[in-house]
Amino acid sequence: MVKKLPKNLYIFLIFLFLYLPIIFLIVFSFNEGKYSGNWTGFSFHWYKELFEDRMIMSALANTLSIAILASIISTIIGLFGAYSIFRMKSRPKQMLLTINNIPLLNPDIVTGVSLMALFVFLHMRLGFLTMLIAHISFCIPYVVLSILPKLRQMPKDIVDAALDLGATPMQAFFKVVLPEVMPGVITGALIAFTLSIDDFVISFFTTGNGVNNLSIAIFSMARRGISPKINALSTLMFIIVMGLLLIINLRREKEK
Amino acid sequence: MKKWLVLLMVCVLAFTMLSCQQDDEVVYVYNWGDYIDESVLDKFQEETGIKVIYEMFETNELMYTKLKNGGNNYDVCIPSDYMITKLINEDMIQKLDYSKIDLYDNIGNEYKDQAFDPNNEYSVPYFFGTNGILYNKEIVQEPVDSWAILWDEKYAGQILMNNSQRDSIMVALKLLGYSMNTTNEAELEEAKDLLLDQRDLVMAYVVDNGKDMMLNEEAAFLVTWNGDAITLIDENPHLAYAIPKEGSNVWIDSMVIPSDAKNIDNAHKFINFMLREDIAFLNTDYVGYSTPNMKAYAMLDEDMRTNEVAYPDLNALEYMEVFIDLGDKIELYNDLWLEITSQ
Amino acid sequence: MLKKYGGVPFIVWTIVFTVLPILIITYYSITLKDGSFSIDNFKMFFDPRILNIVKRSLSVAVLTTIFCLLFGYPLAFFMNRVKPTTERFLVVLLVLPMWMNFLLRTYAWQAILGKNGVINAVLSFFHLPTQNLMFTQTAVIIVMVYNFLPFMVLPIYTVIKKIDKGIVEAAEDLGANQAKVFTKVIFPLSLPGVVSGISMTFLPAVSSFVVPDLIGGGKSNMIGNLIEKQFLLLSNWHLGAALSMVLVLMILISVYFTNQYSDDEGGQLW
Repeated sequence: MVKKLPKNLYIFLIFLFLYLPIIFLIVFSFNEGKYSGNWTGFSFHWYKELFEDRMIMSALANTLSIAILASIISTIIGLFGAYSIFRMKSRPKQMLLTINNIPLLNPDIVTGVSLMALFVFLHMRLGFLTMLIAHISFCIPYVVLSILPKLRQMPKDIVDAALDLGATPMQAFFKVVLPEVMPGVITGALIAFTLSIDDFVISFFTTGNGVNNLSIAIFSMARRGISPKINALSTLMFIIVMGLLLIINLRREKEK
Repeated sequence: MKKWLVLLMVCVLAFTMLSCQQDDEVVYVYNWGDYIDESVLDKFQEETGIKVIYEMFETNELMYTKLKNGGNNYDVCIPSDYMITKLINEDMIQKLDYSKIDLYDNIGNEYKDQAFDPNNEYSVPYFFGTNGILYNKEIVQEPVDSWAILWDEKYAGQILMNNSQRDSIMVALKLLGYSMNTTNEAELEEAKDLLLDQRDLVMAYVVDNGKDMMLNEEAAFLVTWNGDAITLIDENPHLAYAIPKEGSNVWIDSMVIPSDAKNIDNAHKFINFMLREDIAFLNTDYVGYSTPNMKAYAMLDEDMRTNEVAYPDLNALEYMEVFIDLGDKIELYNDLWLEITSQ
Repeated sequence: MLKKYGGVPFIVWTIVFTVLPILIITYYSITLKDGSFSIDNFKMFFDPRILNIVKRSLSVAVLTTIFCLLFGYPLAFFMNRVKPTTERFLVVLLVLPMWMNFLLRTYAWQAILGKNGVINAVLSFFHLPTQNLMFTQTAVIIVMVYNFLPFMVLPIYTVIKKIDKGIVEAAEDLGANQAKVFTKVIFPLSLPGVVSGISMTFLPAVSSFVVPDLIGGGKSNMIGNLIEKQFLLLSNWHLGAALSMVLVLMILISVYFTNQYSDDEGGQLW
């Protein structure tokens, strides 16, 4: 019991630190007044105004659809990419890995601006498609880096064994390799989704045609004060995600 | 699991296809964030059948970057004065066809024919304002009438300046009695020294976060625009706004049409619509910034019309200037600001 | 068939959307506004004012990384020592804040650290002296640590989780006490995770600009702010590109050295 206390206390303190701003955000979504830090009374009216704000709602829709599409597409491309890197010889493998890491190392702004320059050079109109392409581009490296270690952890000759037993390369991939790397695939997809949802800089430079995502909408508000409508939105997102995860966890418990 | 994934993807694709549908008549508008009453956009569509595709930017320079690099074809943009000069000089905006803007005379004469666009060939005013000192009357018990008060050691650590080079260098230049558009290196050097001296007294060079701080009474002074000041004073009556006697900046944000606009007719219709008194009134009422539209001004209630912060007597104020584009000489300012921010 | 052509989309995508943009940025870095070729942009890097900013960026990033490691490692370790349900719950809880808008969370910190903010409210409740935290380098580091802590914790947590329990048991059977087990077995095996965590923290920290801007109040400018200004405000893509390339070069060099440390072929998040 004594041994447990320092451990639990430490965990509690760190998470308190992590959630301090979140709690603050949630509390002020119920504030009557417009300015956070200045509590003037309890009210739900920001929640109501949130749903009436077409611009925020459409930005939210764009954010979610791009995040979902980007994470799915980047996971697929990244999965096959990781597999072919895995099977490569050392020289091309190292080179491809280094190139893969470039978006990770580049500051956001450089990635955003260089992609915009590219789209203009290719005479593409900026809009939903270009923003999607940009998101997929910065997600793929994370997917690849999540899946590669899992590929390495695979029992060495498992693929050859499957081939020996008469499987086609396709079957070997889908029935043997894929299940082995699945945790990496899921992690990669999740990371891709998380990064896409909150991206600002890259989205800003690669969008157009009236397509805003949530971060851009919020950033444009900053000059005149971020409305608590955004606090309300974040609170709702938080509750929904928490709820989903609790449900998933409870189902797992039941299965046991 | 796979089935759900496929279903999800199909739904998302369908949804994005739906939202990509183009209406027949459109107009692409690029404006500051939170700078319009959105019901106005719906009204425009109802009355004219033209759909407004609306985007927002945070700074003039950002808008300029996106405009310059193509990939977008905006029909109407709403930049600030000095940026308009730059756009004119670089042929990025086109002359307006006033036969299509018959409500132009709603704009008060004192806002027309400014240095940044003489004869208003390219722009129609949208909002205007002043730059000044927002201060807390409880903390500052003396009259605020000079920029020098921002160098007063009494208020060390309670002064908020802007993290914007032209706005902050302007303060120093005005205090020294020079033009805010000077390219005289000796004058700029003096301004630099002043600002370096002030650095230790400054609490922070804020972007947009200064407003919350004034409301929470965490600082004594903030250099800001009158439009924001009005809203803040409303929320906290301890605050007040003053334009120093050395003069300050008057700014005008105006509507322009980029050279590569695709829906020029619709752009003119939009501009004309914004000039309608009821529409301009809705905008100024929602946004809180001062309108240059005389008919809309007449619709405001007496408190607002006589509010000195919102509608100062510009003729009575001396040494007020508009920012102009400095072209390549801006490098002098860049250098100065780099010096100050790299300490 | 899959083996041969499966990787094609990846390779094509990478070439078009990663390599090409880099070439474009390189082109910008070696040209001037009038189109002529020049290395003046790179020479600017050695301007003492810019070097000052670079020094500050490095020290803030290093301090941020150190604190993330100091506070993150124990958390990662403890997370492996709780019940499985609690463990899963904690992982979710760790990642969840990243789904809330970044700008909003940063503004929240301003309200918390401010003169009349939450921390000072609590301090004065206990009659302790109030602190003037906002707009200091300390505040910038606090908020940066806040943002990057999950990135440090997750790799270490995952790697420790994978450590074969059999090895730990074997060590214990051979008579090692808890402390020895940790220093001789667990810690060395967790190093790949530590290295990953460091690179996922240090690299983005160096190029941050939002936090130094808002929380530092323009008094703690870092190289990220400088680069951002070139692109967004000053329309000087050439200088911005050059500064970015120097930054990336510094990063590549540090990655090269850390790769020497980990004995596998590189190419993993953790």
